[in-house]
Amino acid sequence: MKMQNHDNLKRNFQRLYRKIILASVVVTIGGIALIYFIFDSSLSAFKGNEPETEIVEIPVDDDFGKIENGIHVSTGFIEAPGMVETIQNCTNCHSAKLVMQNRMNQERWKSTIKWMQETQNLWDLGENEAVIINYLVTNYPPKKKGRREVLADIEWYQLEE
Amino acid sequence: MKRRNFVAKSSFGGLAALLGVDIVYKNVMPAGYTPVALQDSDPFKLFNKDKGMIVLNDKPWNIEAQAHLLDDKVTPNKSIFIRNNGLIPEEIDVENWTLTIDGESVQQEKTYSLAELKSKFKHHTYQLTLECGGNGRSEFDPPAKGNQWTIGAVYCASWTGVRLRDVLEDVGIKDDAVYFGYHAADLHLSRDPTKEPISRGAPMSKALQDETILAFQMNGVDIPLAHGYPLRVIAGGWPASVSGKWLQRINIRNIVHDGTKMTGTAYRVPCKPVAPGEKVADEDMCIIESMPVKSLITYPKSGATLSKGKKLKIRGHAWAGELEVAKMEYSIDFGATWNTCVIEKPANRLAWQHFSAQISFPQEGYYEVWAKATDSNGISQPMLLPGWNPKGYLNNACHRIAVKIA
Repeated sequence: MKMQNHDNLKRNFQRLYRKIILASVVVTIGGIALIYFIFDSSLSAFKGNEPETEIVEIPVDDDFGKIENGIHVSTGFIEAPGMVETIQNCTNCHSAKLVMQNRMNQERWKSTIKWMQETQNLWDLGENEAVIINYLVTNYPPKKKGRREVLADIEWYQLEE
Repeated sequence: MKRRNFVAKSSFGGLAALLGVDIVYKNVMPAGYTPVALQDSDPFKLFNKDKGMIVLNDKPWNIEAQAHLLDDKVTPNKSIFIRNNGLIPEEIDVENWTLTIDGESVQQEKTYSLAELKSKFKHHTYQLTLECGGNGRSEFDPPAKGNQWTIGAVYCASWTGVRLRDVLEDVGIKDDAVYFGYHAADLHLSRDPTKEPISRGAPMSKALQDETILAFQMNGVDIPLAHGYPLRVIAGGWPASVSGKWLQRINIRNIVHDGTKMTGTAYRVPCKPVAPGEKVADEDMCIIESMPVKSLITYPKSGATLSKGKKLKIRGHAWAGELEVAKMEYSIDFGATWNTCVIEKPANRLAWQHFSAQISFPQEGYYEVWAKATDSNGISQPMLLPGWNPKGYLNNACHRIAVKIA
């Protein structure tokens, strides 16, 4: 049953992918026209006070549904049951990076969701709540660190003086 | 910033419909929502940051430095961490920007234009250490909720502005004033205009310090947008969240300010020590004030290999919130023995201090250089994690780097 759901999800994503490509073409063409138009107005509005923030590229991601090596490329989420629901409900206000950084058990995710509903305008997740929490605790479980971890990922180099 | 928003708005409808998720978003997501796919992908260019900075979160933007990027005595913009609770303001109308001082404890409400602030009050420049209350959060076990900062959410830049005290004297403050609270132009993540992402403050004693300023320059130029352009209140030595960016209003309160992220568990630690993972009721959480003593080895970068017989020069910075660092030590044997470093006096109160030492290693092998600062009250950094707290604040455990003698 789970596998079937999984396959369905995959198919959904492929369908989504094709639609997104089409959408992206439209968005890109429209976007380019708009960018040119807005470029002018924002230049005069800022008068060079914040020049560094003026040069903004607007990449349009063509591959929103793309999965590579089990990872959803656009968000970085692990492809597993519940991923779509998590993307749909948890990446609107903040990015997926904030979700993946936080390692919590079921109880703490529940209270975090409640906190977001009470203070951050998160909507009622309905049946998706259990699906999302299950996805998170399964794929992003807390890791034991103890009182101090060993230094990891040291990049050794020759120090020249 | 303006452009980005406009483009995002124009494409949202079509994209969301194609994603098949517009039913989910429809009633709750305002029109300004920026789909993940349309967010700027190069924050280094966007904010002029060093490529070695680590992006913890791209919505909202949260980016931290690494120890070796913080080697400068006065931190340049490229190495300064970005911590946002909300969305960076999309339009800054600097010509019409005003600061209003109001609240229960002002004698009268008063509004200043930026030009008035700059011309009416004396300018002061200070080097001020700003550290995120959650710097080091990633090390807590069980893990604490929030951005998983490692060691790079700290810096010491040079800020120029006018003293908050001078402005408050001009306004007239009542005797019952206990706290100031700021309000700013950033947007709540949900884009709900009735919500503020953050509105914090500090007791009047902090507001009236010489070094608490309303800054309009960082490192001699206009404050970069991500760091609060055009006006920011700076309260050095306290959690950096007290230093409100994009400042528009300051309330002088007759109660402890109760703005967003002042209450509940935000920027608070248990008033009494708790066991790791213990639940703590909101009323048992106390507001963080001065940050604890801490230090960073900024040279060399961790992973240095040198040949036998060569001496290693190390250097870095140490700071102690409201206090001064009185002693700086290093150990190459995991704390069995400690050696003193040379530590300089701060450029001014609340500026970080620079230390250096020259290390000889007894034989070949793997070493860790651990650094430990002690403040003017005799309190040192712990080698292990300090007391666990639900939100993972105030981790001031010793920093260490790996060194190999070959």
